Amino acid sequence: MSSDMKKDIEQLRIADLHAFYGESHILHGIDMKVNRGELVTLLGRNGSGRSTTLKSIMNMVGKRTGSIMVNGNETVGMPAHQIPHLGVGFCPEERGIFASLNVEENLMLPPTVRSGGMTLDEIYEMFPNLYERRMSPGTRLSGGEQQMLAMARILRTGANLLLLDEITEGLAPVIVQTLGEVLLKLKDKGLTIVLVEQNFRFAAPLADRHYLMEHGSIVEEIASNELEEKMDLLNTYLGV
Amino acid sequence: MAELLGFPPQVLFGQLLIGLINGSFYALLSLGLAIIFGLLNIINFAHGAQYMLGAFVAWLGLKFLGVNYWVSLILAPVVVAAIGIAIEKTMLRRLYKEDHLYGLLLTFGLALIIEGSFIHFFGVSGQPFSAPELLQGGNNLGFMFLPTYRAWIIVASLIICFGTWYMIERTKLGAYLRAGTENPQLLQAFGINVPLLITLTYGYGVALAAFAGVLAAPIYSVSPVMGSNLLIVVFAVVVIGGMGSIFGAIVTGLLMGLIEGLTKVFYPEASTTVIFLVMIIVLLIRPAGLFGKEA
Repeated sequence: MSSDMKKDIEQLRIADLHAFYGESHILHGIDMKVNRGELVTLLGRNGSGRSTTLKSIMNMVGKRTGSIMVNGNETVGMPAHQIPHLGVGFCPEERGIFASLNVEENLMLPPTVRSGGMTLDEIYEMFPNLYERRMSPGTRLSGGEQQMLAMARILRTGANLLLLDEITEGLAPVIVQTLGEVLLKLKDKGLTIVLVEQNFRFAAPLADRHYLMEHGSIVEEIASNELEEKMDLLNTYLGV
Repeated sequence: MAELLGFPPQVLFGQLLIGLINGSFYALLSLGLAIIFGLLNIINFAHGAQYMLGAFVAWLGLKFLGVNYWVSLILAPVVVAAIGIAIEKTMLRRLYKEDHLYGLLLTFGLALIIEGSFIHFFGVSGQPFSAPELLQGGNNLGFMFLPTYRAWIIVASLIICFGTWYMIERTKLGAYLRAGTENPQLLQAFGINVPLLITLTYGYGVALAAFAGVLAAPIYSVSPVMGSNLLIVVFAVVVIGGMGSIFGAIVTGLLMGLIEGLTKVFYPEASTTVIFLVMIIVLLIRPAGLFGKEA
């Protein structure tokens, strides 16, 4: 684990990334890097390109150009199903729980991509609700439970780079708090996390750095210790 | 002999048996259609031609290479699945993003070409194909005579149908298939090779059709048009069961065969139309089909 904790290993490096859906040009030259063990957020208004950035990493957009290095491997031009095997776990905004699979089948669906993932027992210990409802159809769970399931699903695979899209959206404060605790535990384990988040007050105390996006570009990079002085700028961009 | 509902039991059970056999074919074929439609979003109009190809591969194998029935039962589905996989990789693959209609037109065109070429070479009259020795003869059950081959059809298709259902509903591979039917893009983002899954699924659906074709060869004659005659009824079965429902396809297939058989006893004039009447009633009351989910 000790080598995983090193903060100077580049887990993700994106250079001059452009992404397109059909004719529309969504991302205009993104540059960012995330080191191993860091928790980095993508902040911005709706439609600023944060989710598209995550989907581009997974090759889920129409077309992408530029460079996306994951754990030292170039992934532009790689088929979508090979990217997770580099150690990437993706939690989509709509959660993506499969209705025709029960909770346990949902959990066991993604193949193991690296060793060192959580076991089923550890996951049920972290999310006891999922154990109680393991035989229910995935979409019968409450919104919060579905979010736990969507997170737990990628923790089992051993992925060490987690891409989490709006995981607190529409959830009750007490569940948001639980998710915050989960993220801290994952950070302690040395996992690298890229978090797309609308809820700035949730993200601020957890993150090491923030990227601020606007119109498909990164307009500002803010380290967590600069947060105070750049609050005005942030308010302008986020419109809070 | 006592009468049952005003009919001699031989007549009633005989027709029920024929119904069950037809139902076995409906179930096998509509199961393949349902699996293909679920994952590929393609209404496979070539299904009847692929069923016919299965019967012809068995017949040609026996006639020219001396391949026996039991080997053909495995080999013909493999050969026809390979043809299906080639069709998927070179043609169908290009249509997934288009409307259902394009896949339907392509597979319909393919069916016409395949059937047309077989009519050209073999004519429309059927070729005889005899059941293997082990399955010839029959048993008198007292209330009816049960030919061994017909019993075998029912047993074999039930095993394959419920085996397939088990595979889809209870195994890891089946979980991939169900997940891919719901959200292929996300399944891909978990590291599953979805294009390969699609190819294999089409191959399996086609293999089911070919398997049904080999089963049918000894009781229906092997003819280029044997598939197109059956396919229209099978589509009605799929609509009644609910497009894309695996369990629905199997149960509805058997049920419709039985209803058809019963109609032959009570009102023979309606026996060829009864399934379509059921289809109309189901569409009026439950547009998504008996086992389909409301969209």
